Amino acid sequence: MGNKVIETIGLSKYFFDPVKFQVLKEINMSIDHGEFVSIVGKSGCGKSTLLYLLSTMDTDYEGQLFIHEELITGKEDKELAQIRSENIGFVFQFHYLLAEYNVLKNVMLPGMKLGKYSHQELEHRAMEHLKTLDMEDQALKMPNQLSGGQKQRVAIARALINDPLIIMGDEPTGNLDKKNSDLVFDIFSKLTQENKQTLLIVTHDTDFAERTNRTITMEDGRII
Amino acid sequence: MNYKLILNIALHLLQARLKQTVVAAVGVTFGIAMFISLVSFMNGLNDLLDGLMLNRTPHVLLYNKIKPTENQPVSLSPQYKNNTNFINSIKPKDRGKSIYNGKNIISILKQDPRVIDVAPKITTPVFFNSGTIAISGVINGIDVLSEEKLFKISDYIVEGKVTDLLQNNSIIIGKGLADKMLLTTGDIIKITSSKGSLASLKIVGISQIGISEIDDIASYTSLATAQKILEEPTNYITDIQIKLFEMTSAPIVAKEFESKFNVDTIDYQTANSQFETGSTVRSIISYSVGVVLLIVAGFGIYNILNMMIYEKMDSIAILKATGFSGNDVKWIFVSLSLIIGLVGGLFGLLFGYIFSSIIDIVPFETAALPTIKTYPINYDPMFYFIGISFALVTTTIAGLLPALKASKVDPVEIIRGK
Repeated sequence: MGNKVIETIGLSKYFFDPVKFQVLKEINMSIDHGEFVSIVGKSGCGKSTLLYLLSTMDTDYEGQLFIHEELITGKEDKELAQIRSENIGFVFQFHYLLAEYNVLKNVMLPGMKLGKYSHQELEHRAMEHLKTLDMEDQALKMPNQLSGGQKQRVAIARALINDPLIIMGDEPTGNLDKKNSDLVFDIFSKLTQENKQTLLIVTHDTDFAERTNRTITMEDGRII
Repeated sequence: MNYKLILNIALHLLQARLKQTVVAAVGVTFGIAMFISLVSFMNGLNDLLDGLMLNRTPHVLLYNKIKPTENQPVSLSPQYKNNTNFINSIKPKDRGKSIYNGKNIISILKQDPRVIDVAPKITTPVFFNSGTIAISGVINGIDVLSEEKLFKISDYIVEGKVTDLLQNNSIIIGKGLADKMLLTTGDIIKITSSKGSLASLKIVGISQIGISEIDDIASYTSLATAQKILEEPTNYITDIQIKLFEMTSAPIVAKEFESKFNVDTIDYQTANSQFETGSTVRSIISYSVGVVLLIVAGFGIYNILNMMIYEKMDSIAILKATGFSGNDVKWIFVSLSLIIGLVGGLFGLLFGYIFSSIIDIVPFETAALPTIKTYPINYDPMFYFIGISFALVTTTIAGLLPALKASKVDPVEIIRGK
């Protein structure tokens, strides 16, 4: 078993609306286990698009995508959902918690879907994650009772619940003030250092990017 | 697939939009309740109208038909046996109206396990004389006790008692006849039989069936009195009326008795085919109105689920991003609409039952139907079964279309859109 978590070969992506336009041009890249990688670039350079291709949520591309050295390209929706469930955790710019569930349930939901752990075990794990993120006293609150930084921490806990191979973040600090941004960054770096957690974060916060292990810079659909 | 989790998510989504959910469910409830009460009411009326006919009509009637002999002399002749014979101007054979060996037939029929009971009858045309005016009518000579058992004749006696017919020379006349001749109970009526003999009978009651054609001509007397008027012996019977336990088998049983007893028979379906047509048409009308109501309720559910999906786009995207497949999302929304359908449908059954019970106690009095006091309702469990099945089917279909749409939602587009 190799050490590559994600690898792409000749990844290209086109937008057809309003005119045909190549967003990503023959991207070849790989991320090793335990790396803390950031992708930076100007708006419209295709960095978010790349992230969604890597996340398997967007399947409309040319080229090949490997996760854990397994070819993902061409798999069905159901298999992709299973792969996401097992291997990928998400943190978005906007927290995207489910307003219908409390914090604890939000964290547990991906785990309940995967069904790897029993309900009690899951609850225990969720509480552990919340505890490491200093959120255990908020566990029974509803998402709309939390601040932006708190919501983002819940989202990180949710991304961690299934022990994913990689956590992907799309501007996870984009919506937060300096203090909360630093807090989120600290959590991320702690995860790589202590748990060897692989992280791939899209950001345009250069401050944030400089502090990561590796920075991938993109321009006009290419990695430079 | 994790059905418990999917159901749990569906319930949480419902709770979040409780008001809309209730509105959707009330739509189904209303549709089903209206369907149940409408169909119950319509079928109750159908039963009532059919009952008007069936209560007075024997399932099988044995009688002598006026017809020519089946085997004409020429067909008995060996000489012309292989020829095709054409015979003109055949006249019906006079074999009398009396059923040959009637009493024996009755005693055999009474032992038949398929037969509820047998009522002999004499029907004969007469003239009722009022001064110089003669009104044509019919006398039904009946066996009072078995007639009462089979046809509940007392339901239609508005004055006097049917058992009074057991007295000699007594008669119950139709309301129309009584009004026309200005007669009341206790008066004497003069009758001329078809053979020309005269008789005076005492009126002991007035009958009213509600069909003026019958009330204007019909009268009832006992078998013995009828035989006396006709100057016939006590074994004279013109009709044998039979009621069966299994009503629908009447045509088959009628054929069997025809060959067994060598008499003519007619079953109630042949005699009253227009009633069957009428009740079928009424059923079709009530079912189509009910189905339309349910389809309207289905559109309501479709609308609300559609709106809910637009509102929940973010949630759908996040569910998909965290590992739920399009299929899971589809089942979440299908179970959403199934829950609405089931809850709405069950309440619909309850309210349908309540509405029908209310209709059942609304007074409904009409001169034509002396025994009916309230509107009729048919509480057939079949209607409730159809109601709940249709509720589930329509809500599933109404939910399936938005659910398919939700399953195809592209999470990237929603997450990027922000």
